[in-house]
Amino acid sequence: MFPRPIEKSSPAWAATYQALVPMALVLWLLPLIAVAVFSIKPDVDFTSGNYWGWPSAFKGFENYGKVFFASDMPRYLMNSVLITVPTVIGAVALSCMTGFALGVYKFRGNLLLFFMFVAGNFVPFQILMVPVRDLTLDMGLYNTKLGLVLFHVAFQTGFCTLFMRNFIRALPFELIEAARVEGVAEWRIFWFIVLPLMKPAIAALSVLIFTFIWNDYFWAVVLTQGAESQPVTAGITSFNAQYRAAYHMMSAGSIVAALPPVAMFFLMQRHFIAGLTLGAVK
Amino acid sequence: MADTSMPHSDGAPGWIRRNRQALAPALFLLPGVLFFLFYVIFPILQSFNLSFYRWDGLGDPVYVGVDNYVELLDDRAFEVSLWNNFKWLLMYLLAIPAGLAIALFLNQNVFGIRLYKSLFFFPFVISQVVVGLVFSWFYDPTFGLLNQILGFFGLGTLNVLGDPNLVTYGIIVAGLWPQTAYCMILYLTGLNAVDPEQVEAARLDGAKGLKMLWYVIIPQLRPATFIAFVVTIIGALRSFDLISIMTNGGPFGSSRVLSFYMFEKALSEYGFRMGYGAAIAVVLFLIMLCFIAYFLWSMYQEEKGGR
Repeated sequence: MFPRPIEKSSPAWAATYQALVPMALVLWLLPLIAVAVFSIKPDVDFTSGNYWGWPSAFKGFENYGKVFFASDMPRYLMNSVLITVPTVIGAVALSCMTGFALGVYKFRGNLLLFFMFVAGNFVPFQILMVPVRDLTLDMGLYNTKLGLVLFHVAFQTGFCTLFMRNFIRALPFELIEAARVEGVAEWRIFWFIVLPLMKPAIAALSVLIFTFIWNDYFWAVVLTQGAESQPVTAGITSFNAQYRAAYHMMSAGSIVAALPPVAMFFLMQRHFIAGLTLGAVK
Repeated sequence: MADTSMPHSDGAPGWIRRNRQALAPALFLLPGVLFFLFYVIFPILQSFNLSFYRWDGLGDPVYVGVDNYVELLDDRAFEVSLWNNFKWLLMYLLAIPAGLAIALFLNQNVFGIRLYKSLFFFPFVISQVVVGLVFSWFYDPTFGLLNQILGFFGLGTLNVLGDPNLVTYGIIVAGLWPQTAYCMILYLTGLNAVDPEQVEAARLDGAKGLKMLWYVIIPQLRPATFIAFVVTIIGALRSFDLISIMTNGGPFGSSRVLSFYMFEKALSEYGFRMGYGAAIAVVLFLIMLCFIAYFLWSMYQEEKGGR
């Protein structure tokens, strides 16, 4: 293990380390802690200039209550859910199949197709912006959740295919060959043999894609407008315009908007990290 | 491998059974590939094509040859954006050593370290929109924490986001926050996989501290470093959210990057210039292509070694 384990060094240094870690953490998260404190302050604190002092009163319930009951925030949150969940299902389903095809079969152009997915996934969004916006308009899907979902599914399929294909490659190939010798149909091999083994990859991708899509801002701005279809990342800007200079409200709104991926991360931490490292760093 | 000689185990007709090995991958690939071609590959080609037209998004596009690109050469705003992109690329790479440093700091087995690691990772999980908001308050000249700290040390106030010379660096620092967290997690997983016997052997040979890190640990972290490099480059070139939230390109357009400038030109409130925007996007794409080619080449080298 590197660096040298702390318990093998002097007790004084071990104690210092124990104290140092939380201090470093507070410093690292200082901007977030500030927002959290802002979100429970009453508005008089901001008009009277008490930005960084102790909150003069606890107004957490009022502030968050307003976010949930007196703004468009619940709608934006709902939109985000309705955009994110179908995207996750769609992208994972498509990439299970493409990953299986590219990982198991040998055919001409296999690597070429795989590299097409990988390269497409690295492309800067802006080169897609004008044509995709146009396409969405032509299909009558501009400013609909479906329009966003379809594009997200297609784009995320690139990344998911990269992930799935590498995962399937690492599975024991003998299993598939044995099934073939038995004469099992290919789709049955996929459904009954490979898919059950892919559960960890599916979990990892699901949480990761959930976070990516929930936090997407660019496409939300390009393909939607207005509270009926905008997700929360885009909605928070209109929310903030509504509460201009009301820092307690903006803070509470931001925290609400940021919370779902955070919860996802803490609940599914192991899968999340396996996904982030692309499964490559074991 | 071929199973044509096997008895009929299911009711598939002869032709399908004979070509099963070729047919199956095609069917599995079909939906994914079609979707991807439709929404990703064709739009790239369309953008290339569109960059030779003048188009306001409503009427008929007018073919103008390379006029858009010629205009780019004299466009001051384009020059500023391009220059800022290079700043982003270079400074964003700092996330890699910074992430490694934090990972080394946290790679211990003390009580509660798992929770600390996850909390350090926090900034990556929250949306860049929120990060941008948080940092624009952090920099705020009247009440921002930064100026409170500067004031505490008796230094003057600094309006980071209002100063054309500082603004890009200020936004990059905000972007480095989540990116460092990402690199940290990559290295933490990488450090887990470091071979303890090699470390012990090197220790017996008298290696320690930086020497150990440089000659024994970092070479073993290569896969993590590669992924950190890939995601950091992509992140740097995709930077859009933070700029849009924190400054909207200002002051005086001094914090624009190509991705933001393109968006502004194509969908600005002063009339859409889709063709010109597409030309900017093509330039950004070509910069990215150098890196994509390198990534694919590295992956190809690895594939050749594999099965």
